[in-house]
Amino acid sequence: MVRVTHWITVISFLALLVTGLEIVISHPRFYWGETGNAGTSPLFTLPIPASRATVPTAYGFVMPDQNGWSRYLHFQAAWAAVLTGLVYVLYGLWTRHFRNDLVPARADRSWRAYWAVIARYLRRAPADETEARSYNVVQRTAYLTVIFVLFPLIIWTGLAMSPAFAGVFPTAVTLLGGRQSARTIHFFVTWALVFFVVVHVAMVVQAGFKSRMRGMIVGEADAAEIPLEILPEISKEGV
Amino acid sequence: MSPISRRKLITTGLATTAGLAGLGVAAKLAEHYGLVPPDHGGVYGPGETLTYAAQRILTTHSMAREFPRGMISKTPFANEVAPPSDEFKRHQASGFADWRLAVDGMVARPASFSVSDLKSLPLRSHITEVACEEGWSYIAEWIGTPLIDVLHAVGALPQARYVAYFSIEKPWWESIDMADALHPQTILAWGMNDGDLPVSFGGPLRMRVPRQLGYKSVKYITRLTVTDSLKSFGKGLGSASPEAGYSWYAGI
Repeated sequence: MVRVTHWITVISFLALLVTGLEIVISHPRFYWGETGNAGTSPLFTLPIPASRATVPTAYGFVMPDQNGWSRYLHFQAAWAAVLTGLVYVLYGLWTRHFRNDLVPARADRSWRAYWAVIARYLRRAPADETEARSYNVVQRTAYLTVIFVLFPLIIWTGLAMSPAFAGVFPTAVTLLGGRQSARTIHFFVTWALVFFVVVHVAMVVQAGFKSRMRGMIVGEADAAEIPLEILPEISKEGV
Repeated sequence: MSPISRRKLITTGLATTAGLAGLGVAAKLAEHYGLVPPDHGGVYGPGETLTYAAQRILTTHSMAREFPRGMISKTPFANEVAPPSDEFKRHQASGFADWRLAVDGMVARPASFSVSDLKSLPLRSHITEVACEEGWSYIAEWIGTPLIDVLHAVGALPQARYVAYFSIEKPWWESIDMADALHPQTILAWGMNDGDLPVSFGGPLRMRVPRQLGYKSVKYITRLTVTDSLKSFGKGLGSASPEAGYSWYAGI
């Protein structure tokens, strides 16, 4: 279940990222507060051409308008991601996946434990054997942050941009500082998620791309990586 | 990987059958309660239907946010429109004195209203935000005649499910369901910020649907049609937006 939801999320995230950036091209200016448009001063402007002639950019041309299908696909992928996320979270609570595998052990809840892992990454020292079967404290924190902070935040800021949703839950917008603030936060949370994905993929490559991909696709950790004494246990579980 | 067991095969089969049956029932129920948008076909149909159905369940009686007068944008943004047609220029030259709004379709008394006729009906104003699908927005005060009062004046029939509205600038037309058509904030706007509605903002007459994005608030309206089906309008997708690749429902 964790693996199936992971890959549906990957596909949805890629679709959301591409279409989201596409929508940004139609107005690559960001504001803070409730309102903002080509006639007001922006918080910052992306140095890219726009797909609308009404947006002042440093470029003498206008990109083709692709917002129609981008918006359709953005929301369709959002539905896929949110429903998948819901299944994953309910399943994770039910099977205690979060408590057993992701919440850092009591002994690891210290700056020293974090620094030990980070220092080991920086030295590029090999991981100890337990890491073939479980996550270290930095990984656990990163996963929990993505699942319980960044994902909820990007859904919230996305919904806050919906005029119909904002009518039902006006506080959801005012808490963020307004509609344009929601859009700006949505943009930055996207980059936080992209940063996570980049580091995550780099780590997978470093740990052995083939074996990790096999693990995440068919569900078998590479037998050679697993200490002998825990192998019988794994075969009992049927992985 | 372990071979798929018989038990697994049976449970998966049962779950799939139940899932498909469930989807079938859900589709029937959604159709019955008017939760299926006219552009539900195609690859993006599922997402579009989920969005429309979810928002309809959530928002049928909700109000768009209204803002204090102090938040009215000092620089509202008049989105570009194509150069006006000759027909529009003629109206503009005569100060829009002959501008008419024709109302037809499933109504007991088809009628045609001048802007001053509309002004004699009850008035409503609200300070709401115009949010464009591109991402920008502004707040303005909108003054106009609630669409519901126009529909009452012509006696819209109870079978009505949609109101389609047409701009003098072709091929610009949109439609909304009755939840939005009968909504108290949906107005035929002829005023803005204590004055007449400027041409750049849709004057002399535009639709304002504040619970949806800006492109549903069509400018330069000359005709309304009340209908129970949008199939015979344009390409049957509900409005000009889906024909141009944009979603019919723009609540998000």
